[in-house]
Amino acid sequence: MADQTNTTPYAAHTGTNASRVAGVLALGLIVVLVALPAFASRSLIQDMFFILTMLVLAQFWNLLAGYGGLVSIGQQAFVGIGAYAMFGVVILAGLDPIPAILLGGVIAVLLAIPTAFFAFRLQGAYFAIGTWVIAEVVRLVVSQWQAVGGGTGTSLPRSATRELWFADAIENLFGVRSAAARDILSYWLAVILAVATIGGIYWLLRTRRGLALAAVRDNIEAAKSVGVDATRMKWIVFLVAAFGTGLTGALIYLQKARISPDAAFSVQDWTAYVIFIVVIGGIGTIEGPIIGVLVFFILQSLLADYGTWYLMLLGVIGIIIMLFAPRGLWGLISDRTGVELFPVRRRLTGGRLGQQKSPNNKTE
Amino acid sequence: MTMLALQNVSKSFGALKVTDDVSFDVPEGQALGIIGPNGAGKSTLFNLITGNLSADEGGIHLQGRDVTRAPAMQRCIAGVGRSFQIPQPFTNLTVYENLVVAATFGRQRAEKDVMRQCAVILERTELIGRANQTAGSLSLLERKRLELARAMATHPKLLLLDEIAGGLTEGECHSLVETIKAIHAEGVTIIWIEHVLHALTSVVDRLLVLDFGRVIGIGDPDEIMNSREVKEIYLGIDI
Repeated sequence: MADQTNTTPYAAHTGTNASRVAGVLALGLIVVLVALPAFASRSLIQDMFFILTMLVLAQFWNLLAGYGGLVSIGQQAFVGIGAYAMFGVVILAGLDPIPAILLGGVIAVLLAIPTAFFAFRLQGAYFAIGTWVIAEVVRLVVSQWQAVGGGTGTSLPRSATRELWFADAIENLFGVRSAAARDILSYWLAVILAVATIGGIYWLLRTRRGLALAAVRDNIEAAKSVGVDATRMKWIVFLVAAFGTGLTGALIYLQKARISPDAAFSVQDWTAYVIFIVVIGGIGTIEGPIIGVLVFFILQSLLADYGTWYLMLLGVIGIIIMLFAPRGLWGLISDRTGVELFPVRRRLTGGRLGQQKSPNNKTE
Repeated sequence: MTMLALQNVSKSFGALKVTDDVSFDVPEGQALGIIGPNGAGKSTLFNLITGNLSADEGGIHLQGRDVTRAPAMQRCIAGVGRSFQIPQPFTNLTVYENLVVAATFGRQRAEKDVMRQCAVILERTELIGRANQTAGSLSLLERKRLELARAMATHPKLLLLDEIAGGLTEGECHSLVETIKAIHAEGVTIIWIEHVLHALTSVVDRLLVLDFGRVIGIGDPDEIMNSREVKEIYLGIDI
């Protein structure tokens, strides 16, 4: 039945016009972000650092939950262990904090292996609670580590923060003091991390592994039956997310230069806020966490002085969006306009489908 | 040569033995039909063959290779393709992407090497016009066709069809049967569970009857359909 009347061969595309425009704009944005310290105030750099690091955490949580179907509420374990690993090698071994950040990521992966071993035996809500419990156990264990301050925490030694790699060059370049130079350096590392994270996740989702991930999330038994190694996919996603989350944790605490177990393993700061960002922005999309983190930052800037009321308002906003826009703010925008900035969907053209141009084909 | 061989396969859920000492062979290129009342253990038997469930006892061999303990994903790569009784599409992927997953992982190929083959399967199963829609937006018939198309995309040597004609109209059923006949004619070994008996008997070479998890008859379709046991079992179920 395979007829040979095809005028054009079949072809598959993922790009859209919007995505090509977005690609050019993204390059421009990266240039602006890199150049920002030349003309921005120190407080803006600190705000941008916060936005970028929360964005990276959100992208990795989105990879876990939105693409891998692994709803973890224990990601603070990897933020905390990454940060503590960095502090540990700086304080105990005298390593420079910049390479120590990489070590933070590696240690997070080492923690993720036994975590996954136990947590993957649990499904759904039990997995979520299991990861939280494991994170609490890690927090309690780290609180016993007296060399890095035990339960009260500690600071990075002044020698380490003063003589940070590249810090002298930045001090001379911008004519700033060492604390501001550390902010700028951390900020640049956050830019690199954010660009690499978004680029890496986008690349992954466009490969056949990205499709396999979506297949496992949609229907695990069917995915196994078409040859997808579902268990392996889950492991890859969990370990990659742990690595990225650990790196981010180490970077956040390099900028803060002070750590305590309660702060570094905070479920509110590193998981609840991150889930809020992903859910209001739009889970299962790369655009969602970007919008979510901007909304979160604006809300926090406007309302943080109201303490408990602020948290209650965040909760109410989260609930309203889950009820009325389950695919988040980006879902609303995308449904209305058909725009996709990071398209991962393959479009088959040619053959019997002809050359029909319908870049924004409605799919419900 | 034997495509599939089951020796004394058993499976229990708690105290209930849903597959009870089942043995049979399927030669290469044959089409075997499986019938039996609801709850006879037909779908469980499929899940044991595909590896979605693992057998408690007995052995399963695919082309002489022991796959009794192999997971579903490895059996797919070894050549077992299946459809599910209740369609299980990847709802957030497009119809075309559903096939790409199956073709790239089931056959261990790169994406660019399977594109044309996926498009041809979509033409054969009359889903080509739906290629760029999400699978979640398909009708029941289209979902059934997608089950068949996705199984074909894994390039199976052995194709397991689980009630793929159930719930379809006469016309829909007819065109689906024609597609299955064409696949069989290409040399694919088929095992087909079906309640729509006229569809089944128009394709299969041999018929197996399952009741309470046991094989109570296997052989020529006409003989089986006229045997006393089958008539007894099917009493009250329209033949």
